[in-house]
Amino acid sequence: MGGVHPHDNKISRECRIEPLPIAPTVYISVAQHIGAPSVPVVAVGDKVKVGQVVAEPGGFVGAFIHSSVSGTVKSIAPRADLAGRMATHIEIAVEGDEWLEGIDRSETLVTAIPEDKKAILDKIRQGGVVGLGGATFPTHVKLSPPPGSKCERVIINGCECEPYLTSDFRTLLEKGEQVVVGAAILKYVMGGVPCTIAIEENKPEAIEHIREVIARLGYEGIEVMVMKMRYPQGGEKQLIDAVMGRQVGSGALPISVGAVVQNVATALAVYDAVQKNKPIIDNSVTITGQCFPKQANLLVRVGTPLRYILDYLGGIPAEAAKIISGGPMMGRAVANLDAATVKGTGALLLLTEAQTRRAPESNCIRCGKCADACPMGLEPFLLNKLARAKDWEASEANAAQDCIECGCCLYSCPAHIPLLDNIRVAKGFVLGAIRNRAAAAKAAAEAAKASADAKK
Amino acid sequence: MLNIIIWTIAVVTVLGLLLALVLYLVAKKFKVEEDPRIDEVEKVMPGANCGGCGFAGCRAFAEAAVKAPNLDKNYCPVGGNDTMAKVAAILGFEVQAKAPQVAVVRCNGNCEARPKVNEYDGYASCFVKSTLYTGDTGCAFGCLGCGDCVAACQFGALSMNPETGLPVVDASKCTACGSCVKACPKRVIELRPQGPRGMREFVSCINKDKGPVAKKACASACIGCGICAKTCTHEAIVVENNLAYIDPAKCKLCRECEAMCPTGAIHGVNFPKPLDKDAIKERIKIRQQKAKEQAAAAAAAAKEAPVNPVASEESKKKEDKKDE
Amino acid sequence: MSKLLVSPSPHIHSKDSTRSLMRDVVIALIPAVICSIVFCGWKELIVLLVSVASCVLLEWAITKYMLKKPSTVGDLSAVITGILLALNVPYTTPWWVIVIGSVVAIGVAKMTFGGLGQNIWNPALVGRVFLLVSFPTYMTTWSQPQGLFGADAITAATPLSAIQEGLMQGASVQEIMAKEGYNYGQMLFANLGGSAGEVCALALLAGFVYLCIRKVIKPWITLSIFATVALVSLVFWGVNPDRFTDPVFNLLSGGLILGACFMATDYVTSPMSVWGGVVFGVGIGLLTVLIRYFGSYPEGVSFAILIMNSVVPLINMGFKQKKFGRK
Repeated sequence: MGGVHPHDNKISRECRIEPLPIAPTVYISVAQHIGAPSVPVVAVGDKVKVGQVVAEPGGFVGAFIHSSVSGTVKSIAPRADLAGRMATHIEIAVEGDEWLEGIDRSETLVTAIPEDKKAILDKIRQGGVVGLGGATFPTHVKLSPPPGSKCERVIINGCECEPYLTSDFRTLLEKGEQVVVGAAILKYVMGGVPCTIAIEENKPEAIEHIREVIARLGYEGIEVMVMKMRYPQGGEKQLIDAVMGRQVGSGALPISVGAVVQNVATALAVYDAVQKNKPIIDNSVTITGQCFPKQANLLVRVGTPLRYILDYLGGIPAEAAKIISGGPMMGRAVANLDAATVKGTGALLLLTEAQTRRAPESNCIRCGKCADACPMGLEPFLLNKLARAKDWEASEANAAQDCIECGCCLYSCPAHIPLLDNIRVAKGFVLGAIRNRAAAAKAAAEAAKASADAKK
Repeated sequence: MLNIIIWTIAVVTVLGLLLALVLYLVAKKFKVEEDPRIDEVEKVMPGANCGGCGFAGCRAFAEAAVKAPNLDKNYCPVGGNDTMAKVAAILGFEVQAKAPQVAVVRCNGNCEARPKVNEYDGYASCFVKSTLYTGDTGCAFGCLGCGDCVAACQFGALSMNPETGLPVVDASKCTACGSCVKACPKRVIELRPQGPRGMREFVSCINKDKGPVAKKACASACIGCGICAKTCTHEAIVVENNLAYIDPAKCKLCRECEAMCPTGAIHGVNFPKPLDKDAIKERIKIRQQKAKEQAAAAAAAAKEAPVNPVASEESKKKEDKKDE
Repeated sequence: MSKLLVSPSPHIHSKDSTRSLMRDVVIALIPAVICSIVFCGWKELIVLLVSVASCVLLEWAITKYMLKKPSTVGDLSAVITGILLALNVPYTTPWWVIVIGSVVAIGVAKMTFGGLGQNIWNPALVGRVFLLVSFPTYMTTWSQPQGLFGADAITAATPLSAIQEGLMQGASVQEIMAKEGYNYGQMLFANLGGSAGEVCALALLAGFVYLCIRKVIKPWITLSIFATVALVSLVFWGVNPDRFTDPVFNLLSGGLILGACFMATDYVTSPMSVWGGVVFGVGIGLLTVLIRYFGSYPEGVSFAILIMNSVVPLINMGFKQKKFGRK
């Protein structure tokens, strides 16, 4: 259902992943994942090594954060992120590149999977592994399904359906073995269920390579599935529907239909954490855009200032009108170039004015292209109107809360109406109302129980 | 021919009478018993149905007012004291006249003082802009300029000034209903008393960043220096979180804070004479000089040997008591 | 470097715009326009020019002087209304009648509702129906196509009106058709009396295929209209071939092809969902056939489409597409 076909613009697909020289100072945010911000455990003046824990989880849904460099902690203070909002950052002045002992930096492939599942999950947790497909949900929580739910398939998302992005593609080509072992570990942890590695058909080299790796390493129950090229094929719900034929219900999690989806980069991070004791301290970032003279896929240490990355590649070209962290459909426009990368940073895209400036809005012509494009089967033209009228009840009745914010509606609207801008507002209010109702219901139930108990 | 006319008149008359009877019986049977005072109160309401009173329209306000034991919680800001007096007369309540309020835009970061550092290209709504990022200027607190407040005002009292990029309140139309206050995601607009003859002083800034950061973003920001609080002789100004706030209840409109403010963040409106900064600064200087001299004289008097032995005995006894 | 742009996602846009979609519709209409000029002569060209010019000028004037907003004629929808209105009226219609039609089409049926996207009824059809009711003589005097430089027009009946009159006189359908010498080849390539839009079915169908390939319109509305007309007339003709015309005749005659391909598929006045569109098409087809067979007007497409336009909001409420993950 739905979806659009922007030109895939994979102009950086031939760029091998190269390490970016370490910046002189890094700023590691304590709020780079879904869940509570982490709590710093170092103090100003401490010397840290690469891979050393600098912040601990702030709650059940939280993640460890590790230093990506070796050096001295200069400050732990609020700093603006790419949207200008303040978050606590740990500033480290870089000295050398000394790694924590115990991290295996060799290239040897470790294929033997540890037997103890709890130990695997703990290693994933200790490694600060979060979903690197963009959502940054703590992986160890995702891999611990609530009691009563059962995983029936592990899906490794290698679709990379956003135009321009190629870091997952390069990871599949250059670190395919590690990815496959990571997939095997995930498969094992979830109970030995079948595992599908989904790759879009515009990456034939990756498909061939991964199939070859699976055959060579001799893993059973892992297969590559070729997906049709379509945005947003890599969206979690859409992928599960395409692979398993099951649709995740509104407000429900993928585990409710027996699926666990992890991005290719996450599978690699799982391998590193479990087999090499290496926590997340760097990620592959695609730097791309037609106006950018040199395309690149760089291995960037977490906390590197964005400006440093662009300066390394020759500076920001004059024609660049917008710099996006992520892809052109769901990425976030950077307002503050002094912000630093986080675990979820996967790309820096530079677009020219002609490519990105929005055209003026005109009357809705009721063509229905937005509804055709919506992968969730919603009616964006209607939700847009309801949002502008601030009618949250009707928005909920029309499923505004199901919106995955993929951007297909705004992309396809001939009248250039900023549909998603307004639908997001409605979605926020509707989700808030749903949360409030649930909290009120819970409180009422507890009060009823308390009074019933008191009567006894 | 006559036959037809007679028959027509007869039939129409009978039909009319029958239908009138039906209407009368239906009206009687389905009549809703309501306190007649609700209608009376509704008649004197302004009829704007703006929700500024907190109720869903003027009729809802009337119903609530009739049921309430007094008018403490029911006040119509649009109708103001005149309307409330009428309502009180109908219901036999007492009502205190409230000081009329007006919406005040507490941001003076116009295009000159607060330059833009990026260009916003999304849907022109302050709410959408504020959920995306902190804004297209260096100030993370100030007005976003998309006009959600203007759209929310049902009385046409707000308009966007294209030169400054800030909203302007027409006090003659503002009814202090509070819609703009709720609409602004940055909480830039505040309801303050209109003041005698419309004169009021307020800090036109809500920036809570430290002084240098605020000043870098906007030339007329409040930098939290505290000079205004020190100058004010009426204890009306509090500086908290690097931001000064003038308490309208205590402010006596002397304009001394406005004269002393180094960035021009404090605004005074509707004063008959323009602000004479030099005269005020002179006045403050003289006052502070006098205060210094008095304090010095008092200190000197305390240090010198006492002239009156009785007085010194008494003061010594006081000191002994203190030690006990 | 100038200031960076910052906006919520997405940051790219497809090449579609209202103007590009409307331009495709104009291109699709060109074969029919050319055919009509070739068959009906220079008078038809005048009709077209007057119609398009008055529609565009009127919309420009209304937006500029009454609404005080930027002009919307750039989106080409007024041009399309002008062309469709011209293709719907006899080529002998006086220019001032067409101007009145434009005033009703653009001024009343489109701009009073709020401009493009806000109208309930198809503007060209409202204009045409208004003219039909107000100037019946001009609007029902159909002339034989004379070719590009033909001599003065000779009035002749359209196939539909000939059938209707003949039936009223008591002849059977086959007799009428034999007498007038109608055959399908003629109707397809048309050298018969009729509105310019009726004359060249093939050109119209070519335009329709172009629009489907360009993904401007979805074919199910048109196809369901054709299917319904064919089926319903098949049933009636099967029962009484003397009284009722056969399905092929019904498909080829009158403004059915023009209406089904270009007016029923107008975005603004048609339903949004697939099944809604099918229901819409079935309704139009049914009403067309019933009006043709039992109504006092020989042609039913305009009224059928307008009636179904009124029902579209209900259809949109009743037929929504399935939402992901919900029953």
